[in-house]
This record gives sequence, C-alpha cells and structure tokens, in this order.
Amino acid sequence: MATLVWLILLIPLAGVVANLALAKVLPKRTAGWLATAAVGVSFALAVVLFMQARGALKEHAFVTDPLYTWVLIDTLYVPIQLLVDQLSLLMVLVVTGVGFLIHVYSNGYMAHDEGIRRYFVYLNLFVFSMLLLVLGANYVLLFTGWELVGLCSYLLISFWYTDPKNAAAGRKAFIVNRIGDFGFALGVFLIWTTFGSLVYTDVFEAAGTATPATLTLITLLLFVGATGKSAQLPLYVWLPDAMAGPTPVSALIHAATMVTAGVYMIARSHALYAAAPTTPLVVATIGALTAIFAASIAITQLDIKKVLAYSTVSQLGYMFLAVGVGAYVSAIFHLFTHAFFKALLFLGSGSVIHSMEHAAHETGEHIDPQDMRHMGGLLKRMPQTGWTFLIGAAALAGLPLTSGFFSKDEILAQTFFGGHTLLYIVGAVTAFLTAFYSFRQFFMVFTGEPRSKAAEHAHESPAVMTVPLMVLAVFALGAGLVFGLPLENGAIHHWLEPVFHDVLEHHEGGNPMFLLVISSVIALAGAGLAYAIYVLRAADPEALVARFAPLYRLSYNKFYVDELYGALFVRPFFALAAFLAFVVDKLVIDGAVNGVATILRLGSIVLRRLQMGYARAYALTMALGVLILVAYFLSGGF
Amino acid sequence: MNQFGLLSAIIFVPLLGALGIALFVPRNRMNWVRGLALGTALVDLALTIWLVARFDPTSADFQFVERLPWISLFGGNATFLYYVGVDGISLWLLPLTALLTAVAILFSWGSIQTREREYYTLLLVLTTGMMGVFTALDMFLFYIFWEVVLIPMYFLIGVWGSKNRIYATVKFVLYTMAGSALMLAAIITFAWILVPFTQQLTFDLTVWKQAVQSGLWEAGVVSDRMETLMFLAFVLAFAIKVPLFPFHTWLPNAHVEAPTAGSVILAGVLLKMGTYGFVRFAMPLFPQASQQFAPILAGLAIVGILYGAAVAFAQRDIKSLIAYSSVSHMGFVVLGLAAMNPQGVSGSLLQMVNHGLSTGALFLLIGMMYDRRHTREMSEYGGLWKVVPVYAIFFLIVALSSLGLPGLNGFAGEFMILIGAFRANHWWAGLATFGVVLGAVYMLWLYGNVFFGPITKPENETLADLNRREILALVPLVALIILIGVAPHMFTEPMQPSVARLLQEIGGTMLTMR
Amino acid sequence: MPVPVEQYLLLGAVLFVIGMLGVLLRRNAIVIFMSIELMLNAVNLTFVALARHLDSLDGQVFVFFVMTVAAAEVAIGLALIVAIFRSLGTSDVDDAHMLRG
Repeated sequence: MATLVWLILLIPLAGVVANLALAKVLPKRTAGWLATAAVGVSFALAVVLFMQARGALKEHAFVTDPLYTWVLIDTLYVPIQLLVDQLSLLMVLVVTGVGFLIHVYSNGYMAHDEGIRRYFVYLNLFVFSMLLLVLGANYVLLFTGWELVGLCSYLLISFWYTDPKNAAAGRKAFIVNRIGDFGFALGVFLIWTTFGSLVYTDVFEAAGTATPATLTLITLLLFVGATGKSAQLPLYVWLPDAMAGPTPVSALIHAATMVTAGVYMIARSHALYAAAPTTPLVVATIGALTAIFAASIAITQLDIKKVLAYSTVSQLGYMFLAVGVGAYVSAIFHLFTHAFFKALLFLGSGSVIHSMEHAAHETGEHIDPQDMRHMGGLLKRMPQTGWTFLIGAAALAGLPLTSGFFSKDEILAQTFFGGHTLLYIVGAVTAFLTAFYSFRQFFMVFTGEPRSKAAEHAHESPAVMTVPLMVLAVFALGAGLVFGLPLENGAIHHWLEPVFHDVLEHHEGGNPMFLLVISSVIALAGAGLAYAIYVLRAADPEALVARFAPLYRLSYNKFYVDELYGALFVRPFFALAAFLAFVVDKLVIDGAVNGVATILRLGSIVLRRLQMGYARAYALTMALGVLILVAYFLSGGF
Repeated sequence: MNQFGLLSAIIFVPLLGALGIALFVPRNRMNWVRGLALGTALVDLALTIWLVARFDPTSADFQFVERLPWISLFGGNATFLYYVGVDGISLWLLPLTALLTAVAILFSWGSIQTREREYYTLLLVLTTGMMGVFTALDMFLFYIFWEVVLIPMYFLIGVWGSKNRIYATVKFVLYTMAGSALMLAAIITFAWILVPFTQQLTFDLTVWKQAVQSGLWEAGVVSDRMETLMFLAFVLAFAIKVPLFPFHTWLPNAHVEAPTAGSVILAGVLLKMGTYGFVRFAMPLFPQASQQFAPILAGLAIVGILYGAAVAFAQRDIKSLIAYSSVSHMGFVVLGLAAMNPQGVSGSLLQMVNHGLSTGALFLLIGMMYDRRHTREMSEYGGLWKVVPVYAIFFLIVALSSLGLPGLNGFAGEFMILIGAFRANHWWAGLATFGVVLGAVYMLWLYGNVFFGPITKPENETLADLNRREILALVPLVALIILIGVAPHMFTEPMQPSVARLLQEIGGTMLTMR
Repeated sequence: MPVPVEQYLLLGAVLFVIGMLGVLLRRNAIVIFMSIELMLNAVNLTFVALARHLDSLDGQVFVFFVMTVAAAEVAIGLALIVAIFRSLGTSDVDDAHMLRG
C-alpha cells in the first residue's frame, strides 16, 4: 500500500520532470497529453488504493514509513511520510479525479496557446503539490504543499504575463496568501513548542494536555492561514483577481481544490479545534459573514468569471461555517459536491469564453468575451455547454435533489440544531442570494436574444472540452443522491465517520424535513426571482439598478474593499519604504557614517599644512626634535 | 589526528595558483590565465569535497588539525601558532567558498576584459584569505587572514568596479578596518589577561576557551566592564561585516559598484565571516556577555530583517535591492544565533550556506543581464520572459529560494531559525516571520517588473538567452538550492555535535529551556 | 702616544655638525647627499673610538652595518637623484615639493 501512495504522489511530479526534460523532443500538443496521462494514472492508482484500503482503514489511519528525515535537530523531528485515512483518500480522489478531467479539458482550451507546455508543467506541479498537502503526515509537509500550491497559483494567474494586470493579480494572490501564512507559520511553531512534535498523530493524541488559552491561540493562528488560502474575510481579496488566469485553472485551483485547503486543514486538525474553547465560534462567524458578504457582491457582477469567483468565496464561507459549528462531515461533503459543480460551472464558462473569443475574432468585434452583457441566447448555439451549465447552476443554487442541495442543507441544519439561530438566518439568506445570482447568470448568458454579433456566431466547443463537462454534470447532479442519502447517514457519512468519530456531535431534537422544505423554498424563490427579472422581464433590471443605486454601486464595486486596503496598507507601505530608503537610510544612517569621515577630513585639512614639501624643512624639524631630546636627557628629565 | 596537510592544501592551493598566474604565465596567453584560475579553483573545490567526505560527523572536536609553532618571541614567552582545523560549524563554509570562487571565475571569463592577470590573481588570493578565516584557530592567525581578505577585495572593487567604485571601495575598507582595529585591541588585551594563567602570551583558541570554561570571568581577575568592552569590540567588528543594522550602509555601495564576481564573493562568503566570527569566537569566549546581549542582538537583527526588506522594496537598482535583501537575510542568521538553542544555531549555520548560494546566484544572474544591457535599472527591463525563457526560469528558482519557498533551501534555514527563535522568545519569531512576508513582496515585485508585462524597451527584444558557459555556472548552485531544500538533514546532521558543544560552552540551552 | 678618546669624540661631533649644517643649508641634492655621508662617517668614527676605549667589539660590528646601509643608500639615493634630475631638470631639492600637503 505504501508504494501505491508514494506513486500517486510522485507520478504528477514525474510528469513535470518528463515535460521539462523532453521539452526539445516532444511536440507541444503531446506535452499536454503526457501531463494528462500522469494525472490519469495517479487517479487510477487512487481508485485502486480506495478499493484496497476500504476495509483496512476502518480501524485506524495508515501512515507510511518515513522515506527519509527532513530535519532532526535535538527535539525538532520532521520525517517525510504520508498519512492515508478516509479524509485524505477522499481529497486525493477529488484532486486527481477533477484534476484529470480539467487536464483533459485544457488540451482543448489551451490548444492554440504557445505556452501550452509551460501551462501543463505548472498544472502537473500543482497536482503534485496539492497531493502533498493532503497526504503529508505532519504540519511541515502540509505547509510545504500549502506554499507550493500557492506558487502554482501565482504562476498560473500570471500565465499570460505580458499583461501587467495578470502579473499584478498573481503577485497579489501570493502576497495575500503569505500574510495568511504568517499566522499559519506561527501556529505551527506554537504547536511544536506546546506538544514537542509536528507529526499529526503525536499532536492530536496530546491535544488534551494543552491549556485552553494555548489551544485557542494555536487554532486561531492556523485559521489566519486558512483565511488566506481559502479566501475568507478579511483576506479574500486575491481570489476575484485570480480570475486573470486561464479558466481551467480557475476551475481546478481557484474553485475545486486549492482554495479548499483551509477547510481540509481545519478538518485535519479537528482534534485541536474541538478542544479549543472560542475558536470554533470565530470560524463559524467568519464563514457565515464571508458567505453573505461575497454573495451580495456576486449578485451584481457582470463578468461571467467574477460571479463564479465571488460565489466560490461564498461557498467556502459555508464550509467554514460547517467546521465552525462542528459539522466536519458536512463541511467535507460540501467541499466534495462543490468541487464538482463549481468545476463544472467554471469549465462551462470557459467553454463560453472560448467560443465568444473565437466568434469575436471571426466577426471582428472588439468586446470583452467575459462580459455577460454581450452574451445571451447561447443555449441554442452551445447546447451541451448550456445544459451542463444549467445543472451546475442548479446545484450551486441548491435546487432540490441536486448535490448542492443536500450538502448545503446539511450545513444549515447542523447550524440550526447546534443552536446558532443567527448564523442559520445568515446562511439561509445567503442561500437565497446564491440561487438568485446563479440563475441570473444562467439566464443572462444562455437565454434571450444574443446581445452581440459574437454571441450570434458562437458555436459549441470540441468534444475534448464538452465530455469533461458531461462527466462533471453527472456528479454535480447525482453526488448528493448517491452519497448523501439517507440524510446525515449516507455513504459519505459512513466513510468519514472513523476520522471524526471523536468529535462528531449529532444535533437531534428537530425535524430535518422541516428545514429541508425551507431550503427548497428558498432556492426555488431565488431562482424564481431571477426568472421573473431576467426572462419574464417582470421588472426591468435597469430600473431596479436605478432605484437601488447606492446599494447597487456598493455591491458592484465590491464594497470598495480593495480601495480601502490600498489606502490603509498598500500605499502607506510604499510611502514607508520610500521614507526609510531615501530619508532614514541615505540621510540619517549613511549620513552619520559619512559624517564621521567628513570630520576626519576637516581635521586633516588643518594637519596637512605641516607637510610643506621641502626636504630641508623636514630635516630642520628633525634636527630640532633631536636637540630637544638631547636637552631633555642632559637635564636629567627636567 | 590527521597530519597530511589537507587543510593547508585547501588554504594555500589558491595562493599557489595566484603565484603561477602572476609570475609564470607568458604575456598574451590570457587563455592560460583563465584556465589556470579555473583549474586552481576546481582543484580546491575537489579538496574541500574530499574534506567533507572524510569528515567525521559524530565528533564535536576539531578535525584535520594542523598545529605548528609559527613565530616565537621573547625567548618563547610569546608564541604565535599556525593552527587550523575544521568542525561542524565551519565544515560547509569551505566547499561553499571554493564553489563560489569557481563559479565566479567561470562567469568572469566572459565578463572581464581588462587586466585579467591581476584580476584572477587577486581572486585567488582572496580565496586563500577566506579559507584561512574559516579554519584558523589561533586568534592572531585569524586576524591576519581576516585582514588579508580586505586587500584583494579593495582592488577588485576599485579597479574593475563601475562608476562610483572608488568611493565604494574606500568606504568598504575603512568601515571594516574601523571594526577590526577594535577587535585587534580586544585580542591583544585578552592575550595579556591570560598571561598569569598560561605563563606566556598565547593566541591559541583552545587555550582561551579552556580558560573561559575554567572560570576566567568568574575568577574576578577581570572586571565585568572589561569583559563587556572586549565582547563589544568583537561584536562590532563582526556586526559591521555581517552587516547588522545599523552598520550596513557600506554594503549597498560595495555591491552596486563591485564587478559581478566581486558581488558574488562579497555576498556569498565575506558576509558569512561576520556571523562565523560571532559563533566561533564572540559567543564561546564571552558566554555571559553574549547571553546578556542576546536580546539586543536579536532586536537589531529583527530591525534589520524588517528594515532591510522595506528598504529593498524601495530600490530601483536591482543590485541595490539584492544588497538590502542581504541585510534582511543576514538578520535571520544573527537572530538564529541569538536564540542560542540547537534549532536556531543549526538553522543559522545552514542559512549562511543558503544565503551564499541564493544571493550568489542572484548576483550572477544580474551580472549576466548587466553584461548584455549594461544597466541595473529595473525600469529598463520588463517582459523578459518572452525573450530569455531559460534565464527567467533560473531567476525564478533562485528568487523563490530567496523568498523562502518550501522545497528550496531558503525555507529550510528560515524554518529552523524561526522555530528556534520562537522557542527562545515568541515575539522575536512573531516579528521576524513578518519579514518572510516582506521577502515575498520585494522579490515578486522585482521578478514581475523584470520578467512580466510587455517589452517596453526595443533593446530588450533581441537579448540572447544564456549560453552554455553561463548555464554551467548556474547549474551547481541551483542543484544545491534544491538539494538543501529537499533534504536539509544531510547538511545539518554533521553540525549537531559541534552545535551541542557550543551551546554547552555558552550555557545557552539552559537559558532557553523554560 | 695614544690619542685620548675625547679628541676622537670631538672630531666626530664637529664632523657631524658640519654634515648636519650641510644638509640643512645646501639645496643641491648631491651636496646634501655628501653631507649625509659625512654625518654617517662621523658616527662611524665615534663608534670605532668608543669600541676601542671600552674594549668591546659591538661598536665595530655596528660600523659595518652602517657602511653597508650607506652603500645601499648611495646606490638608491643616486638613482633617485638622477631620476628627479631627469624629470625636473634640476637637482635643487626645493623644486621637488610635490608631496606638499
């Protein structure tokens, strides 16, 4: 089994090495399929591992022998070893499975890009890093994967680097993540000084021995890292900008996998979080606030990818709400379904953008291919993309029986029965907004009349792109029914039970069916409102915008958070750096150094007058000196 | 223990090579000069690798020791020894020095066109000086090597540097000399203080350490103030060399004006002489004073980390930016030493090597672009990835190593340092970790401005990518950057016995065990 | 009848003062040079006289050193004077004052 685990991890890395080594030999297109094959093999092996491990993992997690020692200094011990349990195995399946589909899709999407080889090298490196993140058996390996996925994210966001905007977006993503990692690193240090180890099994066993204050501090510091990586308040600002990358990247990294790393990390550290007194409430509150905040931005965005980006931030908020209220299984369940429907939505929007770009190129129109105002009526022209997108939107909206319906409802139910009524209301309102914006998007893009020549001439993407869409649509539609039923007792709950058995709380005492009905009504109401406005034209959207102008502008401009951060942090830092460099360093510190030199030089100006340059004068001085000495000795030393 | 003179060979082979170049190569045979210089450096590198292979990683003692009387004065009442040896603390600095010398020479083949004979002679003399500093165990011998290093560097910057070179090189030499003059005074004072114990004037480091261990400072022979003053004299010399904030202002000048190879050696090796001095001499010779001053040193180090990073961000000259980043990175090294626990000290020792590799490689890369475009202004570049992809990839790996990406060497060192600092004092690590954030800010700023965006200058459209010689110079550095990042244990393991003994000598572990 | 040592010392002192005055007052480099030689030989004379008087060889040994140094000095000094003469066209030491501060 150990060999299998290592192979799953290392084959994508081998893909990177192979593509770099064979760069001069392989044609560009083959490079893409080589990378795809690497992830495919990894996925196949993960399935094999799943089959083998199903029984074996029931009792306890499987930890491989250390491959080697990363570091051993006195009591600081970090072995390179992997941990397989139900949680990491599920993550591996999602990462390699969804990753494989997105690799396949990318072969079509990136076919005509000259940087396709570079693209696939990054993508394979990402899969390796993400696998390292979920499989590592200690916090250092987690952190290594955590940073490496951040690097891949940086490289892929700024993939089309000739546009300075993309480069800036990539840099912003990396730096904002680094700010989160600042907390994460301190949390890891504190874990080590508290428990004397960084290996999961040691730390979790000893979780009870730490004082509540220490545990709170550790978990809060780790959560700071999670807010960076998983784009929660207040560090979510990088994710919307990250849409500058190629769309499959947005699907894989900025929706399905990397951004869920924070949720995974907290689920992995549940022993610490469950034992810490105040942190869970903080996590739940931040999650709920992020959910509603991002959803309220998403309802007014006009860029097809921006809507999805804010929706991702919002959905991640749900997951944090879930882990915060102790519903770890529900969080992972939502992570699981979200990976399918959000990847589906992103790939679908990629298909739309791809086709709009081509059509705009053919018709010679100069329009932004991502602006939904130029779309419309695409369902007829791109049926496969359109219908699968509808499935994705339904799942995101949480229409009854779709996958998103089950997982989201579970989170809301757990929140409600956990006694967090306020958080439940926030979650429910968010659900309404979610349903509204996801169908607003669908209707704006796919129904009505085309609003540009490009939209009229758009046509369906090739099979290499639509087949992954269909596969994802099947999961987005059915994953809830297959894995989530019966409610809170489905296959996924049984599967994850051994991981979380020590901390699972079952909130009984209410009727889940009652909440289920409420959720359905909310979702249908949101979708219905979107239908009324954007299809039936019951109310003119323009008039609505005018009527709620201040609110609309606030939402459309993302509550001016970027501007606020710019004024509070970015520009003051620029000014401070310039002040330090040109005033403090040049004038004060270096001025002091050069001042000493100046004083010495002034002194020497006086003294050098003694150097007259006449040899006779020197001789005379010497003679006088000798005379004085002689006189001194003769007089017996005065 | 080992008397066949391997260390002497390592120290003096470069000097022999320098003599050969200076005296025996015929005029107008510049190819011979280059070949002989590189050959000498490679022989020296091979010797240091052999040294590492034969090093016993389980011993805390000095190995490959050579101890001969050198000068004897006043009827044997004052002895100066030729006394050299290596332990886990200095082990990796020798191959680092040899490697960077070889790489610098290989790079210079295409870069230096004037006075080549003198240039390579000075580079090799410099190598002898650096090897001597890292191996000398007699304080007087150490001081001589310490000063020997200055002279070739003075000429390297002053003759082959760029526009403002005279100012830079004079500032570098005078600033360093001011510190080392005080150190010389402290060395002589120390030797005089010991005369009643040893019955003679001796500069033997082991004798000095024995005296300290047997309670020299407790015995009341020397006043506390004297101990503090001597400690500070040592510290000042080393702090200037590191350079520790606020003694750093010579560094940007020297780096910007120096020829590429000079910058590589300066950043890669010379700065380490300062931190090496701390850990080899200042700490074990003055245990109380170092514990007493550890918080102040850590404070200056942290200020340096944050300040260097912020100032680096404001620079528009690429070399100047890297120079200030060195201030920040060397702050980490001092912080790890001030933590005085195994993690911090081992991390610092590793980070000394890491910084040598990463910053050395960065200066090489900048030099390669300078040779093509003759400018270091960041605004003169932009969009280079399209033109020189191989160069961009090398630069990316090195920049990532410098900003501490896990999987590369910078992270391994910084992780150990920060975890050690955290163990000593939570606030130290808290503040210093923020320097890691700033590291990403200026490094990505630099990288984005140079490689991303559109090509703004027409001159940049026809740049040639790296040639085979340049790649050959970079590959060993990048390979080590990755190797140390993936398996740092290989490099920290042989340090452990020596680090443990050092901490025992200064009583550091007791201080931090809480 | 042996000459008393005082007279040797007196002669040495007189010669030394003459030499010194020559160095201080003359401006021709060659003359200054010869005056220096005069001073050296005055000292030599004193050394030999005292060595004889004290019955010790030390002074005589020193004389050999002084003579060696003087010889070396002549070689280098004359070379310098020739070089200066070539570049400045004069052997007047007051014209060679480029090292003035």
